[in-house]
Amino acid sequence: MTFDPYASSRETTEGRVYSVTGGDWDELSTEIGATKEERVVVNMGPQHPSTHGVLRLILELEGETVTEARCAIGYLHTGIEKNTEYRTWTQGVTYVTRMDYLAPIFNETAYCMSTEKLLGITDQIPERAQVIRVMMMELNRISSHMVAFGTGGLELGALTPIFFAFRDRETVLDIFEEISGLRMNMAYIRPGGVAQDVPQDSVAHIREACRNMRKSFKDNETLLVGNSIWMKRTKDIGYLDLAGCMTLGVTGPILRAAGMPWDLRKSQPYSGYENYKFDVITTDTCDAYGRFLVRLGELEQSLRIIEQCCDSLDKLNGAPVMVADKKIAWPAQLAVGADGIGNSLPHIREIMGESMEALIHHFKIVTEGFRVPAGQAYAAVESPRGETGVHTVSDGGTRPYRVHFREPSFNNLQSTAAMCEGGMIADVISAVASIDPVMGGVDR
Amino acid sequence: MSQDEGMFGVQGTGDTSGFGGLVRTGASTGSAERPYGSYFDEVADDLERAYPEFNDAIESVVIQNGELTFHVKREKLVDVAKILRDNPKLSFEMCLGVSGVHYPEQTDRELHAVYPLLSLTHNRRIRLEVSVPDADSHIPSLVEVWAGNNWHERETFDMFGIIFDGHAGLTRILMPDDWAGHPQRKDYPLGGIPVEFQGATIPAPSERRSYQ
Repeated sequence: MTFDPYASSRETTEGRVYSVTGGDWDELSTEIGATKEERVVVNMGPQHPSTHGVLRLILELEGETVTEARCAIGYLHTGIEKNTEYRTWTQGVTYVTRMDYLAPIFNETAYCMSTEKLLGITDQIPERAQVIRVMMMELNRISSHMVAFGTGGLELGALTPIFFAFRDRETVLDIFEEISGLRMNMAYIRPGGVAQDVPQDSVAHIREACRNMRKSFKDNETLLVGNSIWMKRTKDIGYLDLAGCMTLGVTGPILRAAGMPWDLRKSQPYSGYENYKFDVITTDTCDAYGRFLVRLGELEQSLRIIEQCCDSLDKLNGAPVMVADKKIAWPAQLAVGADGIGNSLPHIREIMGESMEALIHHFKIVTEGFRVPAGQAYAAVESPRGETGVHTVSDGGTRPYRVHFREPSFNNLQSTAAMCEGGMIADVISAVASIDPVMGGVDR
Repeated sequence: MSQDEGMFGVQGTGDTSGFGGLVRTGASTGSAERPYGSYFDEVADDLERAYPEFNDAIESVVIQNGELTFHVKREKLVDVAKILRDNPKLSFEMCLGVSGVHYPEQTDRELHAVYPLLSLTHNRRIRLEVSVPDADSHIPSLVEVWAGNNWHERETFDMFGIIFDGHAGLTRILMPDDWAGHPQRKDYPLGGIPVEFQGATIPAPSERRSYQ
């Protein structure tokens, strides 16, 4: 068998099968020694601390220069899209929230918007629910960008940013816990609204958290902006200009760092984003440093939006958070009881002690779900990584016929080759960190 | 579209038991009539002007949920895509991937590929849909038009078995290289769960009793 630098292979009845386990270094170096070629193919990952998750990079090197870079993905494929086809539309939220696990609220919102489009209830979603969605999304954007700074810094050898970043991320996750009961993968946004109303005193907590975060964001800012080591590792690294972004379908901070002020929150507003004052942050450097600056700027804009949401929530106190149509709305609100979170006590009293019809209704909606008219819909939100688009198809039943996520991480990761080839191997880390891929979203 | 028999959820009848041999027919989405509304007329007009073979290439135009879908013949897909991208009045610079859908009951149109397009210049969205028979599941690749479709087409091949002709490296992307079958297809067999109890098995999700 001839030596294949990429992967060893063997013939089977199904055809040739390539093994991705990598080779023995001694064997490899002897084989390389035998040839005159300077070329080395290095497998980086899938288990590697600086590939941002279970990403496998196959790098062809000449010395320290990367001549070819390819990604191999699929190590975290969990079949979420297929799974949703055997659950009700509402249960689907619990699955999709686990795709891009750093941006669960965005997955949920995009999925619910697509479902609501099929149901034809997009304009019936109560205003308070929309405000809560926007607030949760912006909080989530902060927590997601914090991971981008923290792990991105860690991968480049900067150990301090992650402590500042995760301190602020904890603040956000505490708020998530207070509102939804869970810190990640909340399944909080539901078709028709949100799972439960924001607790009474949460708005005050969020306001306080915003004040604190506005100050604490400065820590990472003063540490990294203009920092000569950070600049040397990120400036002019991972270059991808506007034309490259367009043809590769790249969205989010990478596109905005190429100078294009494209943000779905502004250009195609959803969930009432047209009612908020905020700016779209851009830079024109097309490099990893520019993307860092865009994310940094977006933190402040998210805080601005959250504060406006708090004002709206005060005004809309007591307003419904679920669509009025009882044939779609989840019948119960949740409440924290003595034994943890569960259905609210007034609701239990009603269905168990007062109304047989209410019990039947609860049972039917929870076990059977609602029917969604046949057809297809596409809904998109601006997630921390770009356009998260959801294509849903219904056959008229209680379960999705097909759910497809257009994940920005999946799409943007394709630009690795364009960003890394011709550069140094150390810059691959910087470029991949600036793409900020989340493998849960890439592989779904 | 599909027909379900003896199912719950049939509307317009007094029988709520679901056992009356009821038939529910899925909604059919016929071709839309002009005017389409919104910016859809403008897009269709511009495409028609820029592309003389419009009537031949576009099988039907569907407006649903405020979204415009062009059902395109696969032979003309690349031509239509190039015009949609290059014509300044259309300029759909971005293709947001491919989503496959498997409709086993649609004879000779079992496999659909759905392409959502986005125009940043005009801030518009449309959708292209191509349907091919299962026995001849070939669709021309759009990677030369939108390079970003590379991985999306590989994913759709992996999950549905649609072969994108002209794709430079159409290999599996999410499933292992030696995997048999295409998991997102509706006829893909799902495994039941073995139970450590004599004579008991838990059936596969597709075979369990369920509401539909």
